[in-house]
Amino acid sequence: MGKIGKSAKDVLRNKVLLFMVLPGTLWFLFFSYLPMVGTVIAFKEYRFSRDGFWASIINSKWVGWDNFKFLFSTNDAYLITRNTLLYNIAFIGLGLILSVLMAVVLSEIANKKLAKFYQTGMFLPYFLSWVVVGYFAFSFLSSERGLLNAMFGSNISWYSESKYWPFIIIFVFLWKAVGYNSVVYLAAIMGIDKSLYEAAMIDGASKLQQIRSITLPMLKPIIIIMTLLAIGKIFYADFGLFYQVPRDSGTLYSVTNVIDTYVYRGLKTTGEIGMSTAAGLYQSVVGFVLVLTSNYIVRKFDKDSALF
Amino acid sequence: MSANAAKSRDFHRLSPVLNTIFNCIAGGFAILCIFPFLFVVLISFTDEGALARDGYRLIPAKWSLEAYKYVFSSGDTLLRSYGVTIAVTVIGTIVSLLIISLYAYAISRKSFKYRNFFAFFSFFTMLFNGGLVPTYIVVTQMLGLKDSIWALVLPLAVNAFYIMILRTFYITSVPDALIESAKIDGAGEFRTFLKIVLPLSLPGLATIGLFSTLGYWNDWFNALLYIDNPNLVPLQSMLMRIETSMQFILQNSQNSSLSLEALRNMPQDTSRMAMVVLATGPIIFAYPFFQRYFIQGLTVGAVKE
Repeated sequence: MGKIGKSAKDVLRNKVLLFMVLPGTLWFLFFSYLPMVGTVIAFKEYRFSRDGFWASIINSKWVGWDNFKFLFSTNDAYLITRNTLLYNIAFIGLGLILSVLMAVVLSEIANKKLAKFYQTGMFLPYFLSWVVVGYFAFSFLSSERGLLNAMFGSNISWYSESKYWPFIIIFVFLWKAVGYNSVVYLAAIMGIDKSLYEAAMIDGASKLQQIRSITLPMLKPIIIIMTLLAIGKIFYADFGLFYQVPRDSGTLYSVTNVIDTYVYRGLKTTGEIGMSTAAGLYQSVVGFVLVLTSNYIVRKFDKDSALF
Repeated sequence: MSANAAKSRDFHRLSPVLNTIFNCIAGGFAILCIFPFLFVVLISFTDEGALARDGYRLIPAKWSLEAYKYVFSSGDTLLRSYGVTIAVTVIGTIVSLLIISLYAYAISRKSFKYRNFFAFFSFFTMLFNGGLVPTYIVVTQMLGLKDSIWALVLPLAVNAFYIMILRTFYITSVPDALIESAKIDGAGEFRTFLKIVLPLSLPGLATIGLFSTLGYWNDWFNALLYIDNPNLVPLQSMLMRIETSMQFILQNSQNSSLSLEALRNMPQDTSRMAMVVLATGPIIFAYPFFQRYFIQGLTVGAVKE
């Protein structure tokens, strides 16, 4: 009685706060935890049942690792893993260089009003959906009407030539992300102690020298942390970028298919539910390990910046 | 003397050359970021005939308002989609703020006995997820939300990251002593939250609310997954569907006059670009006024308890 009585009293004493977490808890149960349970269908041959979610899962036949074996026996598994990783590496590297460059440049421009104006401009793409960005890209890349072909007098059908797409994808990503990412670095630069620069000025250091020996070293911790956190997400791709911008063009799949688009097509187009779930689980598990690892390393650098 | 003054100014300012270079870099990139939107605006004001002849041009051979006239006269689809998007955005932002602000408040209270459990319960979802397919099955089969407006609202309602940002905000901007003194004065947990915590956290709530509004306004993915009913298609998804059906008709147009007829009734290039302009316009005009909240959210998120 004692123990149960005490727990009951605890619950009662916290009942208002418990009531406050209730809606959120229900949401997490339905939209996060039940899907985690649902990943068992990666080990099943999925059969849709009209009696609902549990019936569908329970009535599906166990097939062990078959879905995974099948997935990894295809060329697709290699292709989507390669594309996801390589694109993310390019995004992280080039994104970092350009974001830091923009932050430094913005912080040094003499006319602060103008700098603010530039920043507002760079921030614009962040507010646009990938559908709209897809339309933007089309106005440049359309083979009959696009601006690029007109400018260069070329006749390239952009949406069926895969060799251009690694560059297009990377360019569009940078276009959308750099303004947004530079915000974090700009805030960090604003936080640097001004007396450091004054001391450097007295010693006669030029502006470029100041940037090299004060700004960049002071940014190093945040650069390392942002990079490690990005590496933690390296197994995830932005679905919209790889689906909307190439307009789901089949001839480009070899360079635009990433894990996220593969899973989607498995679900909605080809209907390979089991294999698609297996690919999703593969992504989640590897992603989980990567987040834990990168967070562990972040903690070594700076405990406060780690996720946990 | 004057040389000396010039030199000391040099310490504080960039040299004119460097300043020019920096302005070119930042200004150039800013223009690059804005340009595609302006280009699409230009296309939407181009005469359809001129467009068919020359393609998309920076300076159209002939200007025209036809695209907008067409969109507004046959504007059923656009208007309905606008309605869906506004409804989803308003309902979604309210639901989302309600759930997140309550949850974040509870786990920010040191006196909450289960705060660690619930903090972890939320946080773990940032590390691991079930993936698209199981989520799809839960939403369609268990919750039965296919072709329901809630399929556009609920999946985006909660986000563990927002909960973390808001909890940090509560902890840093509402002193514990204030809450304790309200309690001593006899205010219950709910009253304290409503009368003391919420008013002090308005900037934090505004940040989360705006992230949420933007997320709903720009969402097309949930519509792609869950919505087939043409009456429930939000703006972004509508833009996408016009494009897809257009391609479909074009691919099949050789063998039937029927589809040619259908093609004639589809919005033309300029009209579609006009729709893009009308769908993004509100954001483009609003974001410069709100961007400081987004910047705040981005930088606060990095600071933790």
